[in-house]
Amino acid sequence: MGVAVLLKQVPDTTAKISVTGGRVDESSITKWSISPYDEYALENAIKLKESGYGDVVVITCGPARASKCLTEAAAVGADKLIHVVTESGSLDSIQIQALLSAAVKESSCDVVMCGKQAADTNSGSTGPGVASALGYSCVGAVTEVSIEGNVISATRLGPLGLEEVEVETPCVFTFDKGDTELRRPNVRGIMMAKKKPIDSLTSDDLGVDTSNSMVSVESHSSPPEKPPGQKFVGAESVPAVVNMLRNDANVI
Amino acid sequence: MSTTVISESSNNSLHPITAQLVGAASALGGSITIICPGGIGATDAAQISGVSKVISVEGGCFNTYDCIAWSESLSPLVKDDLILSSSSAMGRELISSIAATKGVPVVQDVTNLAEGLLVTRSIYSGKAIEEVRISSPCAISLRTNSFEAAGGGGSAEITTVNVSRDITVAVKQALTKAGERLDVSEADIIISGGRGMGEPSNFSHLYEVADALGAAVGASRAAVDTWDDIPHSMQVGQTGKTVTPNLYIAVGISGAIQHLAGMRSSKYILAINKDPEAPIFSVADYGIVATWEEALPVLKDQLSEILSS
Ligand SMILES: Cc1cc2nc3c(=O)[nH]c(=O)nc-3n(C[C@H](O)[C@H](O)[C@H](O)COP(=O)(O)OP(=O)(O)OC[C@H]3O[C@@H](n4cnc5c(N)ncnc54)[C@H](O)[C@@H]3O)c2cc1C
Repeated sequence: MGVAVLLKQVPDTTAKISVTGGRVDESSITKWSISPYDEYALENAIKLKESGYGDVVVITCGPARASKCLTEAAAVGADKLIHVVTESGSLDSIQIQALLSAAVKESSCDVVMCGKQAADTNSGSTGPGVASALGYSCVGAVTEVSIEGNVISATRLGPLGLEEVEVETPCVFTFDKGDTELRRPNVRGIMMAKKKPIDSLTSDDLGVDTSNSMVSVESHSSPPEKPPGQKFVGAESVPAVVNMLRNDANVI
Repeated sequence: MSTTVISESSNNSLHPITAQLVGAASALGGSITIICPGGIGATDAAQISGVSKVISVEGGCFNTYDCIAWSESLSPLVKDDLILSSSSAMGRELISSIAATKGVPVVQDVTNLAEGLLVTRSIYSGKAIEEVRISSPCAISLRTNSFEAAGGGGSAEITTVNVSRDITVAVKQALTKAGERLDVSEADIIISGGRGMGEPSNFSHLYEVADALGAAVGASRAAVDTWDDIPHSMQVGQTGKTVTPNLYIAVGISGAIQHLAGMRSSKYILAINKDPEAPIFSVADYGIVATWEEALPVLKDQLSEILSS
């Protein structure tokens, strides 16, 4: 019993990203935050706990700086904090999923929640990958959950539209943004969170081999500058623009 | 290198991205097998040029969507060193699960694929481009409209396989049906409205333009959050959909960084906004400083004129 929430720390959406020497300069990123969809996972996990379903265990995998997102989660109600300490950006999806799965096993949670994708790479590999690795069921793009016994009802955006589905635990849920309001920490929560211990684990502790990543970053670059656009004033310019869309850009 | 392509379907037929996946695989050489979950679009898939084999996978579990049941049914059929899917929401989920089941790494939403395997993707909401080397066997999802589609005229052999794993995710009820309208993630042209549209009923003007162009209608988060009639499925941006159409028309949208994150990689951008200083103009190829009340009627007239001629 219990809910494990997988959190990823990413550059805040307002952060400026600069590239030097073919690499994104992480040291110049001034603000790191919990990836937005993960916040919805966390909020729904806390709601599940409030309805009587075990503790909320938050797990992050990342470098030293990432522990901050665990403390932020504790400030709004996470009970147990696990930091799987790794180097930034060097692992492939199989290794990350193996580390996270091992940490979930250690927590003995049978419900796992995370964002449907992280705001840095927008990949969305972790939820379904961890589900496969653990042999859990998986429901993606969820906006709400409720539990009765070991059956969880979830609202998800499936290929046919919004659906209500039922699934038994153990299960992984990946969250989309719904109508759920995110709670904000209060002063007491922030103070308590600072004192909450963080359980730091290495890949050795978890028995996962992280030596041979199958994926390596060759280079980073800034997106190509677009040539400055043309600007027109007034609705009378619409015919000229339509003409350009048709004859220069060939898109209509 | 031989490739297995997981086909994409929409409305019970083959989605055009499938031919783009084949196009990307053809450029690498080697044989190409297409796997069609639920058998959807198998006949059309067999006609894509360059395809050696189509596996039509039929089974009860394909009647509803259960990522794990689907991936467990499909994974044993994947024999090649490279697995490709679309980077749609379902494509990503499915390929992640297949990759994990087979123990191979996955890289998502790739916009360029070269031998070696070198792949390119956009990171940090389009603020940087990353080039990654990935060793095979591996799985890669590709972004729509980034690869040249393979042509038709093929005649691959179709093998039908019956497998079905137990469904663990039971659909109890449909809450809203997917729109009858084209989804923004599938469209070549998108026209999106923002808070500047004033009222949700004014989106009808966007639908009229969309109908003339065969476009999808999208929205900013402010529009989605303010008006119940504008569903989240229409939202473009960091917490909505990332889109890369040939033409993106932004109407009454200021161009906040989170909105740009979802649409700045569009091939061409047209912005209509009454504020000459609106940040959306900084990414627009064509900007028109005007109210939508003035600009959209002219746009509609012009389109019906040129598209009927
Ligand atoms: C974590 C986070 C995630 C977010 N994710 C997203 C996201 O996914 N997508 C997204 O869009 N936003 C997102 N946002 C919100 C974003 O910051 C902006 O608030 C939002 O995009 C603004 O929407 P808008 O441009 O429609 O509205 P506004 O910023 O209010 O702009 C309205 C525009 O309409 C113009 N206008 C007004 N009247 C007219 C008229 N008659 N004719 C023509 N133009 C007119 C105005 O000049 C103005 O530029 C996110 C924010 C955060 C913090």
